[in-house]
Amino acid sequence: MATTALPSRGYLEDDTPTVWAWIKSWLFTVDHKRIAILYLLAINFYFLLGGLAASVVRIELITPQGDLLSSDLYNRAFTLHGIIMVFFFLIPGIPAVLGNFLIPLMVGARDMAFPRLNLFSWYLYMIGGIFALSAAVFGGVDTGWTFYTPFSSTYSNSNVILTIAGAFVMGFSSIATGVNFIVTTHTMRAPGLTWFRLPLFVWSSYATSLIIVLATPVVGITLLLVAIERIWGVGIFDPALGGDPLLFQHLFWFYSHPAVYIMILPGFGVISELISTFSRKRIFGYEFIAFSSMAIAIIGFLVWGHHMFVSGQSVYAGLVFSFITMLVAIPSAIKVFNWTATLYKGSISYRTPMLYALGFIGLFVIGGLTGIFLGVVAIDIHVTDTYFVVAHFHYVMVGGTIMAYLGGIHFWWPKMTGRMYNEVWGGISALIIFVGFNMTFFPQFVLGYLGMPRRYHVYPQEFQVLHVLSSAGSTVLAIGFIIPLVYLTLSLWKGKLAGDNPWDATGLEWTVSSPPPAHNFDEIPVVTTEAYAYPPEAAERDAAAWRPGSPL
Amino acid sequence: MPDFPLFPEQASTFAGPIDALYGVLIALSLIFGGILPFIILYLMVRYHRSQKADRTNQPEGSLPLELTWTIIPLVLVLGVFFWGAFLYIDIRTPPERNLEIYVIGKQWMWHAQHPNGKRENNELHVPINQPVKLVMTSQDVIHSFYIPAFRVKQDVLPGRYTTMWFEATQTGEYHLFCAEYCGTEHSRMVGRVVAMSLADYERWLTTPGEIILPDGSAGAGGGDSTLIPSIGDPMALAGAQLFTNLGCVGCHRDDGAGIGPSMVGLYGVETRMQDGSLVTADENYLRESILNPGAKIVAGYANVMPSYDGQLSEDQLNQLIAYIKSLSDSESASTRLSNAQIASVVADELK
Amino acid sequence: MATTTTTQGSEVQGHEAHADHGHAGHGRELQHHFETPQQQKEAATLGMWVFLVTELMLFGGIFMAYAVYRWAFPDIWAEAAHHLNTPLGAVNTVVLLVSSLTVALAVNAAEEGRKQRLIRLLGVTMVLGVAFLGIKAYEYSEKFAHCAGYKTPIAWATSGTPLGETECLVPGRAFVFPEAHGTTAADVHNEVTPGQGSPYQLFYLLYFISTGLHAVHMLIGLSIVGMLTFMAVRGVFTAAYSTPVEIGGLYWHLIDIIWVFLFPLFYLVH
Repeated sequence: MATTALPSRGYLEDDTPTVWAWIKSWLFTVDHKRIAILYLLAINFYFLLGGLAASVVRIELITPQGDLLSSDLYNRAFTLHGIIMVFFFLIPGIPAVLGNFLIPLMVGARDMAFPRLNLFSWYLYMIGGIFALSAAVFGGVDTGWTFYTPFSSTYSNSNVILTIAGAFVMGFSSIATGVNFIVTTHTMRAPGLTWFRLPLFVWSSYATSLIIVLATPVVGITLLLVAIERIWGVGIFDPALGGDPLLFQHLFWFYSHPAVYIMILPGFGVISELISTFSRKRIFGYEFIAFSSMAIAIIGFLVWGHHMFVSGQSVYAGLVFSFITMLVAIPSAIKVFNWTATLYKGSISYRTPMLYALGFIGLFVIGGLTGIFLGVVAIDIHVTDTYFVVAHFHYVMVGGTIMAYLGGIHFWWPKMTGRMYNEVWGGISALIIFVGFNMTFFPQFVLGYLGMPRRYHVYPQEFQVLHVLSSAGSTVLAIGFIIPLVYLTLSLWKGKLAGDNPWDATGLEWTVSSPPPAHNFDEIPVVTTEAYAYPPEAAERDAAAWRPGSPL
Repeated sequence: MPDFPLFPEQASTFAGPIDALYGVLIALSLIFGGILPFIILYLMVRYHRSQKADRTNQPEGSLPLELTWTIIPLVLVLGVFFWGAFLYIDIRTPPERNLEIYVIGKQWMWHAQHPNGKRENNELHVPINQPVKLVMTSQDVIHSFYIPAFRVKQDVLPGRYTTMWFEATQTGEYHLFCAEYCGTEHSRMVGRVVAMSLADYERWLTTPGEIILPDGSAGAGGGDSTLIPSIGDPMALAGAQLFTNLGCVGCHRDDGAGIGPSMVGLYGVETRMQDGSLVTADENYLRESILNPGAKIVAGYANVMPSYDGQLSEDQLNQLIAYIKSLSDSESASTRLSNAQIASVVADELK
Repeated sequence: MATTTTTQGSEVQGHEAHADHGHAGHGRELQHHFETPQQQKEAATLGMWVFLVTELMLFGGIFMAYAVYRWAFPDIWAEAAHHLNTPLGAVNTVVLLVSSLTVALAVNAAEEGRKQRLIRLLGVTMVLGVAFLGIKAYEYSEKFAHCAGYKTPIAWATSGTPLGETECLVPGRAFVFPEAHGTTAADVHNEVTPGQGSPYQLFYLLYFISTGLHAVHMLIGLSIVGMLTFMAVRGVFTAAYSTPVEIGGLYWHLIDIIWVFLFPLFYLVH
C-alpha cells in the first residue's frame, strides 16, 4: 500500500519543537478543523461509554429475573446510557464533528465566524462531560434521562444535581455551536454562494442551529429549577410543596422534542450529500429538501405534547398535539421520496458511505412510520412507555442519526485525514451493523405491543424469547461498531493517500487538498454554480468508465 | 416456541378497535415501507455503474411528483388521525353509570379501594361487561396504571386525580404494570387484574380480608361492608364520618345556610366562582378546595376555610370525596341520609 | 462545484499567528478569517442578536412557569405581590431605563469617535448599574431581615426595631406569609408551617429566581461595560471601529428589557 507522506501545510501538520508545544497547539487551537477532531475523539469516547452501559442493560435483560445487577444498578445503567447517548453523543454528534469540520469549507470561509467561541464550546462540552462522568463515578444517577419530577427533585437519592449540571453546561456548548453556525452561514458565504447554491448539509445544519438556540435555553432553565427545588426543598414541580409536576414535562419536552430534530436533521443533510455523490447526479428536488428541513424545525416546536398523551393533559390538547404530529411526518416523507428519485438514472456505486446512506433510508422509514403509530393517540395510550417507544426512537436515533454519522465519517474521512480506509472492511461492517441493528430492535416493537413496559429490570417470563433475541442482536451490533474503529484507526498509518477528491464529488471542501490547509482557502473561491452541479452526462461517463475490477 | 403471540389478549371493549386501527396502520406501513425498499433495490441494481442503462434526460425535480408524494401521505395520515381521534375520545369519556374504584399508587405498590370499602394491594378485581372507572392518585412520584390486555394506560400523579375507564369483556387474570418509571423497584410495581363475572365480583366484595394499608398499618380488607349494611357504600360512609369529625359539617350545612356552600348536589355541576368563571366540581376541584381552599372561591362566600393540607391521608381524601359525590347521586338521593343522621348511625354502630 | 478565484489581500498565517489573533473584543484590526471589516461587524452584530434570542428563551422558561401559576392562583398572586417593596422596584426601573439611555448615547459617542464623552457615558452607566444592584441587594436583605424578626436590614445589623408580626418571604422551611398565617388550619391543629408549600411561596420563589437570574446578568453586563470602558480609555475605539461598544450596548438593552417585563409581572399584580 502506498504510504508516502501527506501534502504538507495540512491542518494536521505543525512544526512544534516539543511534545508539550504540540499538545498546546491542539488544546488552544481555534482552527475549526482541529476543534472538529477534538470533538471527534471526545464524542467517540462517550459513544463507547454509552454503548458499554447499553450492553450491560441488554445482558441483564437476557433473563427475566434480575441476576446480574441489583435493580438500583440497573436503573443507573440505563440512565447512564440515556444521558450519555442523548446529551453527549446524539445532540452534539454530527454538528460538532462534521458540522465544525465542513461548514466553513462548504461555504468557502477560512474559519467559523467566532473561532474562539468554537473552542470555548468544546471546553464547555468537556466540562459538562466531566460533571456527568463524575456523577456516574460517585454512585450514578437513577432518574432516567428525562428527569421526571417529583422523582428527580424530591425522591431520588442519587447524584441528580451533578448530572443536571453536566447537561446544563453541555447545553451552553450546543448554544455556542448553534450561534456559530447561524452567523457563519449568514455572513461568511463565499462570493456567489447564494442560499440556494448551498449544499443541503449546510441547510440542515442551519435548521438544526435554529432549534438549538431557541430550545436549549428552555431546558437549561428547567433543569436549573429542578436543581433549586432539590437543594432548597421549595416547590416548583413537586405537588407536595405546591408545584405542578406536569409543568416540568411541558418545559422539558418543549426542548427535548425539538432535540430529536437536533439529532436527526444533520443526518438528513449528510444523507443528501451521500446520495447525490454516489449517484453522480444532482439531488432531486433540492428546494423541497431544503424547505422540508425548515418545516421540520418549525413544526417540531409544536408537537411536544405528544410525549404526554397519558400524563393527564386534556382531551383537546391531546387531539391538537396528535394532529400537528401527523403533519410533521410529511416533510420527512418528502425527503425520503426525493432521495429515492435521485437514484433514478444515476450511476450508482456501492461504496461504504453509500451503503450507510441506503441503510439509513430503510431504517429511518421504519422509525418514521412507527412514529405515526405513536402520534395516533388511541394507539399511543397502549404503547407509550413500552418497548414500542424504545424501538421507535432507536430506529430514528441509531438507524437514523448513527448511520448518518458513520456514513458521513466514512465519506469525509479521506478529507479529514488525507487517507483512505479499507473499503472491504467498510462494506462488511456496514452490513453487520444493519443486520445487528434490526435483530436488536425489531423484536422490541413486538415486545412493546405485547405490553412490556420500558425501564423494567425484571419482567414476566413470557417476554423472555424476544428479549434474548434482542440481546443477541446487540452483540452483533456491538461487533459492527468496533470494526470501523479498528480499520479507521489503522488507516491513519496504512491507508492509501486519498488525493483531493477521491469520490469525484462536488462541493468546495473537495477543491482543497486532503487534509485541507490550515486556513482552508488561500484565495476565497467565487461560486458560479449550484450545489451538486454534476453535468448531465456525468452519470453516463461514470458508467461507461466502469470495467470489471473497478470498485462496485 | 409453544406460544409466540404478536398481540396481547383482547380483554376489554377497547382492545378490538385499537387492534383494528393498529392492523390498518401496519398494512399502510407495509404498502409504503414495504414497497419503497423494493423500488430502492430496483434502482440500485438497475442504475448501478456497471449496468448499461439510459441515463440521458435526468430529471432535476418535478412539481407534480412532489405534490403527489406530499398530498397522498397527507390524506392518509389525516384519515388515520381522525380514526384515532374518535377512538381516543371514546377512551377518555366514561359512561354515566359506572363502577368507581379508587386507586392509590405509591413506591412501589398499588392500592385499590372498592365502593363498599373493600381494599386490595397489587390486585384489582373487576366485574366483566360493566364500565369501571378508576379514580387514581399517587402518594409520592408519578406512576402509570397500565393493563395491556385492556389497552388502557393512565399516568397517576401526586397532588391530583386522574381517571381512566374500561369495560372488561373476558374473565381471566391479566398483567397490571406501572408504566412510568418511579424509582428503584419500578419493575416490581406490578400486579394482576382479575376480571370476573358480576356475581363472582359481588361475592368477592363481601368476603372480608386482611391487608396492609398504604400507611403501613394492617387493616380490614373488606370487613367494612358488613359493618353497616343498612346504609351501603361504606367508603362514602367513612367520608361522612370524617366530614363530621373534622368539623366540615359546621360550615357546609346541607341546607346551604352555613358559612360555606352546601355539598348537596355539588358534584359534577358547574358552579360560578367569585371571579365570574364557571368551574365544574369534579374530583380535582374538590381535592383542591379541601387542600387549598383559597384557590377558587365560590361566588357569595368568603375565603375563610382553613387548609387541610398535610392533615389528611390520600385514603381519607378519597373517602371525603366519595362522600361528597354520594350527595349528588340521584339514585340514592331518595334514601340519602343527612349528615347528622349518618353521624348518629355511625356513632351507634361504633359503640 | 465550478469555481474561479478572486484575489483578496488577506495574508495566510500559520497556526501560531492564528492563535495570537485577537477576537472582536481585542483589536481593531481585521481578523484573518474575515474578508472585510464590514463582514466582521455584521458577524459580530448578528452573533449578539442570536445570543439575545437564547437569553430571552432562558427567561421564557421562567415566564412560562409564572404564567401557569398566576393563571392557577390569580387572587393569591395579587395578595402576595403586596408584600414586595414597590417603590424601590419603581426606582430601580427608572435607574435601568436611564442607564439604557446612557448606553445608547455611549454607542452614539463611539460611532462619532468622541472618546471623552464615551468614557464619561460608560462610567455613568456603570454607576447606574451598581446603584441598581445596590437597591436590589437592599430589597433582598429586607426580606431576610424580616425572617430574622427585624423590620429593616439596618435594624437587623444593629439589633434594632423588631418586626411586629411574623413574616418570612424567603422560600424555605421558615417561610411564613402573614395573610395565610391568620387562617390556616395550623392555627387549629398546630401541625404545619403556615404558607409552606403554598402558592404564596411559589410566588416568592419565582420572584427570587427571576430577579436573581436578572441580577447575574447585570453582573455580566457590568463587567462588559467595565471592559469597554477600559478599552475606551486605551483608545481602542474610533469612528471607524466601534463594534464592541455596539454589541455590548445591545446586551445592556436586553437586561433592561427583561427588567421592564419583570417589574410589572411581580410588583404590580392586581
